[in-house]
Amino acid sequence: MNNIIVYCELDEGKIADVSFELLTKGRCLANQLNCKLEALLIGDNLKGFEKEIFPYGVDTLYVADDKRLSPYSTLPHSSVVVNLFREQQPQIALMGATSIGRDLGPRVSSSLGSGLTADCTELEIGDHEDKKLNKVYKDLLYQIRPAFGGNIIATIINPDCRPQMATVREGVMKKEIADANYKGKLVNLDTEKYVDDTCFIMKVIERHIESSKVNIKNAPVVVSGGFGVGSAENFKLLYKLANMLGGEVGASRAAVDAGYAEHERQVGQTGITVRPKLYIACGISGQIQHLAGMMESSIIISINSDPNAPINKIANYVINGKVENVIPKMIKYYKEHTK
Amino acid sequence: MHVVTSKPCQMKEFQIVVLAKQVPDTRNVGKDAMKADGTVNRASLPAIFNPEDLHALEQALLIKDQFPGSKITLLTMGPPRAVEILREGFYRGADDAVLLTDRAFAGSDTLATSYALACTIRKIKNVDIIICGRQAIDGDTAQVGPQVAEKLGIPQITYAEGIVSITADKIQVKRRLERGVEVVEGSFPLLITVNNTAAHCRPRNAKRLMKYKHASTISNRQETNEDYLSTSITKPHLSIKEWSVADIECDKVQLGLNGSPTKVKKVDNIVFQSKESRSIDDLDEDIDELMKELISSHIIG
Repeated sequence: MNNIIVYCELDEGKIADVSFELLTKGRCLANQLNCKLEALLIGDNLKGFEKEIFPYGVDTLYVADDKRLSPYSTLPHSSVVVNLFREQQPQIALMGATSIGRDLGPRVSSSLGSGLTADCTELEIGDHEDKKLNKVYKDLLYQIRPAFGGNIIATIINPDCRPQMATVREGVMKKEIADANYKGKLVNLDTEKYVDDTCFIMKVIERHIESSKVNIKNAPVVVSGGFGVGSAENFKLLYKLANMLGGEVGASRAAVDAGYAEHERQVGQTGITVRPKLYIACGISGQIQHLAGMMESSIIISINSDPNAPINKIANYVINGKVENVIPKMIKYYKEHTK
Repeated sequence: MHVVTSKPCQMKEFQIVVLAKQVPDTRNVGKDAMKADGTVNRASLPAIFNPEDLHALEQALLIKDQFPGSKITLLTMGPPRAVEILREGFYRGADDAVLLTDRAFAGSDTLATSYALACTIRKIKNVDIIICGRQAIDGDTAQVGPQVAEKLGIPQITYAEGIVSITADKIQVKRRLERGVEVVEGSFPLLITVNNTAAHCRPRNAKRLMKYKHASTISNRQETNEDYLSTSITKPHLSIKEWSVADIECDKVQLGLNGSPTKVKKVDNIVFQSKESRSIDDLDEDIDELMKELISSHIIG
């Protein structure tokens, strides 16, 4: 009763990183609330996963192990989650903001009539005073998320309904083992009691890896590279930074001509016009044709070893240095400062 | 000469509901769009058809191309001016439209919204397929679709990129996941949420534009002091359905602010700095400082 439950997600037979990140955050919240941290794992052939999960400070791991529960499908998984939550009455439930968590979360919240906040960037514990009702709510979960296309940051609370549910994107929270020898309790659920046959009406016909079309236009962050990046090898750094910031990789015409990036990533007059919240120009000198495609960006950072590069004139921040030195440092310090 | 007269085959006629939302165009919010109290002044932003809902409409139209007897009803919940997107839907091929509007819906979170929509879909009756965009650009929650499906007790297919095949009793849909795609098969009724990687919506049809450009709801016509009774009698296609709480069967406690478990406690604006330039070197402490600043001003993270 009144604990925190994290839904652990399987990704190609392994526990997804986002689940470990949520367990880390969950442990921290459980310490503050003085309650237990519990985890739920649903799938097929799940023996041994407890060894990976307990070190994050998990007190109870519920396992629903059944051949029919893999791969993920909405109805059976939500049935297990809903029935377990009805039985255990957790105060907080966390899931990854992945294609699974964002499919499952709303279904569960609708069924339980509890509030759900998607894509939280911070989770905190705090009180809330309702002046109208003259009532003080203690120890609520503050679910903090950007809204309105990233133009505002909202703090959402669920004063009355339980569990307080939130999803969080991968990479937003830190992943940290609490104690390698942490002892938790393993509970094997009798799946027959949690799902019935009517849940298995959808069939997965096939699944395969297929990369999605490039979508630079709608990305909130664009990390763009020019000829100054130097090589296709160095371009990989840009992908790493863009992935971490939830953005896309763009390129100048010179970089596309040099074969560092595909044509569909070209930003500029003959390519795509972008206006992201943040544009990071790496080794781009700033030909007028390129500027035409990105100068409406809210914030522009230019990384360039040439202090006189034309793009520096329109940049909000100029970092004088080589791309291959600067980006690893940005990645390092970004990780240090995000929770 | 042989004349082969083939019997017209019994074509399934799907009842399709497309859920759409009129949203402020948040992709382009200027400073003057903020009110003094920190909330966004929606009125100062252009109101548009939520982009992914247009992708959803196209999927419905593709089904109708294949099964011409099908009927597409566009449903939106919002203020009276949301009728604009219903007209837009008519121009592109929708057969019918419903505007769900009432003060009682004000302040709804995703749960209260999906409850109201589910009650409305029940009233439309015998719906086979509900299609909506994955998420709306003003909230980005992607919750209303799955919640409507749950309220109706039907399965859902989220993140759809296209319909692979459809017959009278089965549908196969391609879903876009993080690292790959998946094809799932289900039967009707079901709900599908569509990604922006799916096909773009077809453009307006000129004839339909001429036919429907004066379509409006009864309160629109009352406002303009038109002889609103005669319009709805002589040109019924110009009369868009307008439903309020009284028209749908629902439990009022579950609507609006009351029916919303989530509350907004606080809203912080993101303040973009003036365009003054700062130049730093690639020293560790400088970059450390820069990342801290970007995170604390919510530009990243």
